[in-house]
Amino acid sequence: MYQYNEIDQTLVDERVAQFRWQTEQFLKGELSEDRFRALRLRNGIYIQIHAPMLRVAIPYGLLSSKQIRKLAHIARTYDKNYCHFTTRQNVQFNWPKIEQTPDILAELATVQMHAIQTSGNCMRNTTSDHLAGVCVDEIEDPRPYCEVIRQWTTLHPEFDYLPRKFKIAVSGAVHDRAATQFHDVGLHLVKNDAGVVGFKVLVGGGLGRTPIIGRVIRPYLEQRHLLSYLEAILRIYNLFGRRDNKYKARIKILLKETGIEKFTAMVEQEWQLIKDGRELSADTVTAMKAHFIPPAYLPNAVGDKSFALYLASDSAFATWVKYNTVAHKVTGYKAVFLSLKAPDVPPGDVTDIQLDAIADLADRYSFSEVRTTHRQNLIFADVNQTDLYALWQQLDALKLATPNIGTATDIICCPGLDFCSLANASSIDVTKEINDALDDMDYVHDIGELKINFSGCMNGCAHQSVGHIGILGVDKKGTQWYQITLGGSSDNEAAIGERLGPAVAKSEVTQTIVTILDVYVQQRLEEESFLDMVKRVGISPFQEQVYANH
Amino acid sequence: MQIIKDKHIVDDTWQHIADDATIPAGDVSVSLARWQQEKHLLIHHKGKLGVRLHPADAVTELAGDISRLELIELDFPDFADGRSFSQAWLLRERLGYGAELRATGQYMPDQAFYLARVGVNAFNPEKFKDLPVILAKLNDFTVNYQRSVN
Repeated sequence: MYQYNEIDQTLVDERVAQFRWQTEQFLKGELSEDRFRALRLRNGIYIQIHAPMLRVAIPYGLLSSKQIRKLAHIARTYDKNYCHFTTRQNVQFNWPKIEQTPDILAELATVQMHAIQTSGNCMRNTTSDHLAGVCVDEIEDPRPYCEVIRQWTTLHPEFDYLPRKFKIAVSGAVHDRAATQFHDVGLHLVKNDAGVVGFKVLVGGGLGRTPIIGRVIRPYLEQRHLLSYLEAILRIYNLFGRRDNKYKARIKILLKETGIEKFTAMVEQEWQLIKDGRELSADTVTAMKAHFIPPAYLPNAVGDKSFALYLASDSAFATWVKYNTVAHKVTGYKAVFLSLKAPDVPPGDVTDIQLDAIADLADRYSFSEVRTTHRQNLIFADVNQTDLYALWQQLDALKLATPNIGTATDIICCPGLDFCSLANASSIDVTKEINDALDDMDYVHDIGELKINFSGCMNGCAHQSVGHIGILGVDKKGTQWYQITLGGSSDNEAAIGERLGPAVAKSEVTQTIVTILDVYVQQRLEEESFLDMVKRVGISPFQEQVYANH
Repeated sequence: MQIIKDKHIVDDTWQHIADDATIPAGDVSVSLARWQQEKHLLIHHKGKLGVRLHPADAVTELAGDISRLELIELDFPDFADGRSFSQAWLLRERLGYGAELRATGQYMPDQAFYLARVGVNAFNPEKFKDLPVILAKLNDFTVNYQRSVN
């Protein structure tokens, strides 16, 4: 993975010093609440219901075991012994003290981590495919480009006070696992007719209040023009994005109100004026790629016989392999998901003890690296199949081996009313209720692939509008209600979920989900997934059952 | 009244003239609207000329006038309005403006480093006691990742 050089380290160290000064000024009353807010947000610090929250960047979801141990240390020393992985591959601490946040950032800087631009109206952490570099359907590893973008976006002097937040995602595979169609800018590595890899550029996708699928404004961009093209997009957005209404300030609204032809022309015109003289050199790309060369895979992994024997003799192990591991481009290796969706734990939460153990396991079994996913789980990307059985046993002891990746209980869920000051409704407790109702793993496995996304308000941090089943908490005269949507997807065939009908009361959410799943089980065709069935039959069969007694 | 110019604290020798005030002798700055309306008169003014830009103003409208201007002020109505950063970039890089570019209004001293990078070389402080703070903030970082004006 990328290792900081002297410039990177100096930059994060100087950022810590800058923020320490800002925090001191605020605590002395020299800096107003309003101004400190803008500055602290750009260092990842929100003020929540109970306490500040610190969001730490995990660039494109990549962590070293050393960094994981630092997160454990911070959870233990400055927080309540746990942290929370988010849907944008970042990590959050829910209970830091504001006066200690500079110290936490200083600790992070010692392991090449930071919280720069993890919130605020600026360019956020660049996200990517959690299987980058190891998946079987890859066109090219997107991570070197992600790092190029990370550096370009970090402390960009012109674009740190944008109309609204700005998120970039990069995918390098045939199958889009980075939801690039739902980002302010989505970049897809593609080959042109000559077989040369460049970028397809999408703009204006987004979730939240107004979910919109991004539009392609350039089908093919040469690699060397990556940064000048981004600069052109950002300059047009910075100058012309709406600043009069924060709900209409994202680039998706500018694109919609301007029209795609005119918007594209504006970007292209700006780009023509700046593109020459600031190309990304081949040397830069080559040097960046050197940070992401494959680890030293053992050539004899495939010759191992024990894996097949364990698969045949231990059905619990076989089930875990089926659900929590995926194919690797190197035969004999697997990418392993660590499920952060144990039934009795809020989705995405991990304790300090688990983190330390995860770091040890990563050192032993996966070249000292860990990845975070968009569905709030973790991955060991490079595990020799010889080691899978031993790894499974240890993950199981740590409650990190629930065999539910991609299934009904792999729910993504925002912190909701328990922590977040924006939330209208709670999400963690209802998620637990749904989990309790789905305690029969055979039933869950029979239902198969299902993405349930649960947000406590329409800001949509858990991406409910692209959940196969989306649940959205709303406030109705002081009580908590929940809107259900069906058929959303952030995959290649992106879709925004359709609303099932009137919102249901909190006490009815779990039963509603159970009813929806019953309809699916009764009416599905052979091998038909939940999403495929919704596409085939629409929402009416589900409506009929859910609202039958109303 | 003192400002920072080219990293030094100096006296502000300019008069910043409201749209309905008469133009006095000496170096004067006016709004873009007034500049556009009265340019034919202002170019005969004896002193130096400057223009104040609101974030919504289209910088490129000054393309033909750049050589006449010796001050352009970027007036921040709100520190969160980042359009001035792109205005500065456009003035320096696209229009080739080389004279004084001054931040004024409700920007934060903490934004001085970014402002300097996009080409701002003068700072009108909100409060007198901000002068040394802005000077210090110009040195917040010794490294950067991307190209800009500076």
